[in-house]
Amino acid sequence: MEAEKQHQFDVDLGNLMAFDSYHTFPSQPPLSREDLTRQCLLKGTHLVQAIADALFTLPSIEDVDGPLVTLPPPTTKLPREKHLPKPKPPTKWEAFAKKKGIQKRKKDKIVYDEQSGTWKRRHGYDRANDEDAIPIIEAKPTDDPEEDPFAKRKENKKNRIEKQEKNRLQNLKEAAKFGALPSHIQLAATALPITGTQAAPKKVTKDELGNVAGIAATATASGGKFDKKLAGEKPQKHEGKYRKFLPVVEGTGIGSLEREQTEKILNKIISKNSHNILNVEKAVTMHNVKKEKKRRSEKGKALASATDKKLKTQKKSFKKGDSKKGKAKGK
Amino acid sequence: MLEIKTAKTRKGKRELEKRAPKLVESGKKTLILHGTKTSGVLNAVLAQIYHLKKDCAVKYSRRNENVKPFEAGGETSLEFFSLKTDCSIFVYGSHSKKRPDNLVIGRTYDHHIYDLVEVGVENFKPMESFSYDKKLAPKEGSKPFIVFIGEGFEAVEELKHLKEVLLDLLRGEVVENLNLAGVDRAYVCAALSPNRVFFTHCALRLKKSGTVVPRMELEEVGPSMDFVLRRHRPPNESLRKEALKTSREKPKKKEKNVKKDELQGKIGSIYIPDQKVGETPLPYKAKGVKRERRESKRKNESDGSASKRKKEDS
Repeated sequence: MEAEKQHQFDVDLGNLMAFDSYHTFPSQPPLSREDLTRQCLLKGTHLVQAIADALFTLPSIEDVDGPLVTLPPPTTKLPREKHLPKPKPPTKWEAFAKKKGIQKRKKDKIVYDEQSGTWKRRHGYDRANDEDAIPIIEAKPTDDPEEDPFAKRKENKKNRIEKQEKNRLQNLKEAAKFGALPSHIQLAATALPITGTQAAPKKVTKDELGNVAGIAATATASGGKFDKKLAGEKPQKHEGKYRKFLPVVEGTGIGSLEREQTEKILNKIISKNSHNILNVEKAVTMHNVKKEKKRRSEKGKALASATDKKLKTQKKSFKKGDSKKGKAKGK
Repeated sequence: MLEIKTAKTRKGKRELEKRAPKLVESGKKTLILHGTKTSGVLNAVLAQIYHLKKDCAVKYSRRNENVKPFEAGGETSLEFFSLKTDCSIFVYGSHSKKRPDNLVIGRTYDHHIYDLVEVGVENFKPMESFSYDKKLAPKEGSKPFIVFIGEGFEAVEELKHLKEVLLDLLRGEVVENLNLAGVDRAYVCAALSPNRVFFTHCALRLKKSGTVVPRMELEEVGPSMDFVLRRHRPPNESLRKEALKTSREKPKKKEKNVKKDELQGKIGSIYIPDQKVGETPLPYKAKGVKRERRESKRKNESDGSASKRKKEDS
């Protein structure tokens, strides 16, 4: 019986798992919850015993904390959580060296320094053959007298460093193509922060493109007015703000417009300060101004010279009003 | 234009290297999330799953309105959480009229959704409702035995998928060496019907049996519940093939202080501190010296006795 039971179980020691695929729970007589639980636990005990049988018979090493057992690798295959690390593609120099058959060899740490006549380290502080440590540079007959040799050396060093960084960036770009970028390095414009995978490029909508093109079209001297239109390009519907100006010369019926605007302004001014105590003098003055305006409109063109001068003052006041309204419309 | 960004500290670099893809993976971290609405039962379930997997689990306790694993567009927030916490298994609990006490268990591959299983929780009994000898309580972080019972786990596709997901969730870290004194817990999963799985967590009681293998007894310590199968999404076939790939190479361990010479072969270096031989006092404990001392003592005694005899004679 035990042999048969043993034969039926699948035991995966790497995961400490056992699986009985032949057991069937009877569904016809409905068991109570407790009976079902008890049956599951009884069956579970058998399977746990099967795992223990396989586990405790493995060869063990005695340790201070207890016997140690080396588990075999798991037989049940489970998916990985990340992709396998991809091999790094060879850098440009490595590819060239392989092509040419150049062998890599180690350099000595200690190098003879010509300047001081001693042996020094190749890199780092107080290094051998350091350009900054040369106090005197002998001039050659072919040298340009305008040129500073020390500054030239600094410039050359800076250029070398820039070239090195450019080459390094190129190699990292090549590695990023194969998805083999080192995990602690991130190429800033396109990379996601942690895994270094490529981010999907953003899709620009049609409206956004139209807006950008519209803004760019007004960048010429004429503000886009006299520029050539592209094929299929529609003219702009509305170029600027809407502004209206009242006619300069009065005519029949236009006086009422002026009167309306003036009254609107006065009402606004009065309503703003309505919570304050009424200033009698100001009110009387406003009233008189209204009366005078009515008289002038009634008289008409009888007094031409007088009306000319007075009209000028009226124009100024109207312009101010227009500017205010224009601003309001702009907002 | 691109620029190179690197970690600014050594510690930051080490953390980033921990998150890099590895040749041999050891364990998966679990992220536990709450949905827009949860019930008391579901909160208890999530809390106790977190308690079972405490050392390799991350628990987010706020409600998440953007996480909808089975709907299109609802995965973005989930994948972001996976990336941020570096977890590749997530357990998401939600509760609604249509799907009461709903639990979604899913896995990610390269921080994208790999597969999903949706189950309902019924007949939940929390850990506190079980009474047992507290000496048997399982230790935190011990490696469990996992037991699957029932033909449904092989015949029904959904149950087969659930079995794989539960194994991945429960097994913890893949270890090479196991201390036999530390085995103390077991999970029992039984397929009662084609859509119902009984799940419980037990403590192991090791009894004497007269042989090398002890006799195992299970003591139920909880939590205990039924999983009722609802929706599930198996992985894409090509994605599954890629995820199941393994490499035969093993990570090379660095050999320190070993060089190769064409003439002599392998040369190793052993560090020996400076030895100041002239100043060290020699230990005076040699056995040979002891024997000589004893013989000289005997000679002295005989001389003494001889002198005494001479005195007596005179």
